[in-house]
Amino acid sequence: MAIAKTHLLSKIKQTSVAALGVTFGIGAYITLVCFMTGLNKMLDGLILNQTPHIHIYSEIEPSKEQPIAGYETLENSFKVVHSIKPKQSQKKIHNALPIMAYINKDKRVKGAIPQIKSNIFYISGSIELGGNLRGVEPLEEARLFDFQNYVVKGSHEDLHKVDNGILLGSGIAKKMSLKLGDKIQVSTIKGDVFPLKIVGIYQSGLAEVDDIQSFATIKTVQRILGEAENYITDINVKLYNIEEAYSMAQEMENQFGLKAVDIKTANAQFETGTSIRNLITYAVSIALLIVAGFGIYNILNMFIYEKMNDIAILKATGFSGKDVQYIFMCQALIIGLVGGLLGLLVGFALTSLIDTLPFETEALPTIKTFPVNFDPWFYVIGITFALVSTFFAGYLPSRKAKKIDPVKIIRGQ
Amino acid sequence: MSTVLETKNINKYFRKPVLFHVLKDINMSIKKGEFTSIIGKSGCGKSTLLYILSTMDTEYEGELYLNNELVTGQHHNKLSYLRNKHIGFVFQFHYLLSEFSVLENVMLPAKKLGEKSLEEIEHDARNKLEILNIGHLADKRASRISGGEKQRVAIARALINNPSIILGDEPTGNLDSHNSENVFNVFKQLCDEQGLSLLIVTHDEDFAKKTDRIITMSDGVIIS
Ligand SMILES: Nc1ncnc2c1ncn2[C@@H]1O[C@H](COP(=O)(O)OP(=O)(O)OP(=O)(O)O)[C@@H](O)[C@H]1O
Ligand SMILES: [Mg+2]
Repeated sequence: MAIAKTHLLSKIKQTSVAALGVTFGIGAYITLVCFMTGLNKMLDGLILNQTPHIHIYSEIEPSKEQPIAGYETLENSFKVVHSIKPKQSQKKIHNALPIMAYINKDKRVKGAIPQIKSNIFYISGSIELGGNLRGVEPLEEARLFDFQNYVVKGSHEDLHKVDNGILLGSGIAKKMSLKLGDKIQVSTIKGDVFPLKIVGIYQSGLAEVDDIQSFATIKTVQRILGEAENYITDINVKLYNIEEAYSMAQEMENQFGLKAVDIKTANAQFETGTSIRNLITYAVSIALLIVAGFGIYNILNMFIYEKMNDIAILKATGFSGKDVQYIFMCQALIIGLVGGLLGLLVGFALTSLIDTLPFETEALPTIKTFPVNFDPWFYVIGITFALVSTFFAGYLPSRKAKKIDPVKIIRGQ
Repeated sequence: MSTVLETKNINKYFRKPVLFHVLKDINMSIKKGEFTSIIGKSGCGKSTLLYILSTMDTEYEGELYLNNELVTGQHHNKLSYLRNKHIGFVFQFHYLLSEFSVLENVMLPAKKLGEKSLEEIEHDARNKLEILNIGHLADKRASRISGGEKQRVAIARALINNPSIILGDEPTGNLDSHNSENVFNVFKQLCDEQGLSLLIVTHDEDFAKKTDRIITMSDGVIIS
């Protein structure tokens, strides 16, 4: 109503202070939430994107059924088997190729790709270092698990193209002072030595990994190990919906008789970290908005004291308590709306600024600026909260205004 | 002649700080087109009576009729409506909304009533201001005009909904004799030309003498 507007305009200073309170609250909320969820999302992404949703491998473990149980003659007797040891079964997945083809047909699966894990030694000149060489399909790895983000020099495509190429871990490269284009020799446990060409440097950010881990194509690794083309030790599966990982892992375990670990089980502690960060973000934002709400409450209260006379006149000339309350509620909501919208703008400006700030760390080679999550939902929540909090902040003072007895005011003059 | 305002056995007590019987068995009636004044010593209960008559004060015993309709005991929303439509109130202190223009102040009760379009209301408001010889002030801010002018704006506001009666609590109490004279003439004119009923509390003997009827109060009782 016009009265509300005129009141606000006449007290532009207090009004803007009140609105600024909301602006500050909402702006801070937007900034905080966008930034924090941006960070969270990035961290989640780091883990979720590069970790397979389901990791299938054949585990070396003691047979569930010990051979002695097979002896029918001893069926009813008490059997004691001391020091059960795993039968050194192969790391190889039997029928890996058909299994993969089968999994890839599943509609829930985005992709299933093979890997070969092998232990080797890196040899360059007189230095000899132990390490892992992993056989991968570079292009598929990039498609499903953002492999390319961790290739700091050279590229995963080169790995695909160049025969006998290797993507060397950055730690190894440093220790052996090797660079792109150099040659390196790897030796298998059996002692065979192969020369490989360095087509790229891999950096995960974790020193332990970068010091031992290198990548080559599946074919190269099979050749080095002297194995057939169906030799595969691991299958990594990515799903469309990560929530299905657990049940599908169970399913696969039963179906193939292999070990299948889902991402949640593998990264249980990670989930809690994310939810706690979210909790803190929301707690701080809500605290900010509540402070802003108290600001509005205070200012409206003052307003009402100042406007006692006006309220009395309005009531004396036939405005009901409800009308008066409506006027003050309008004021509160106008403050909330204007402050809230400004807050959204401020929040947007700040997050845009943060988005351009440089943020470079060893650990995250692909990230150049601070991550920010521009989710429009935060803006919807922000403005809703601004209106809701101003509504409550305005409600109590406006109720008081409603109850003011005009006779008392007029008499008191 | 029809009765505009009538009271039957109105009693009013103040309980704080001590029980105090302010108004005792007030029986009175105001007829249409009558210009009545109330006089009496300070503290005899004139203002208290006026607040009851204006329907703002509802804590009393007895019955109050407006246009022969019982007002006592009505819901406060209904009272607000009656006050808006039928009663114009002019205070001793010229209560205007200081941040609004004179015109807006006058228009406010009509906007609330909502019976006319905005253009009609504005036209009416300017008309009322003309009647009171302050048409030229219409667009000034209410806080930027003199006391006498404010009082006339308040009267214009009281008139905007063409009420049945105007109640005034010492409307000339703060004015010099010239302005006081002026306000009286305005009231007289409204009474004669438009048949408006007026009930004015005053301490001004000269003012009272010129009205149609004088009600004298003493210690909460009407004595004549
Ligand atoms: N809220 C109140 N509580 C208790 N007593 C009150 C209250 N308001 C007024 N009174 C008392 O009621 C009596 C009547 O007051 P009222 O204001 O009606 O007098 P009045 O005739 O208008 O006086 P004046 O001519 O000075 O305006 C006074 O004695 C006053 O002290
Ligand atoms: Mg008085």
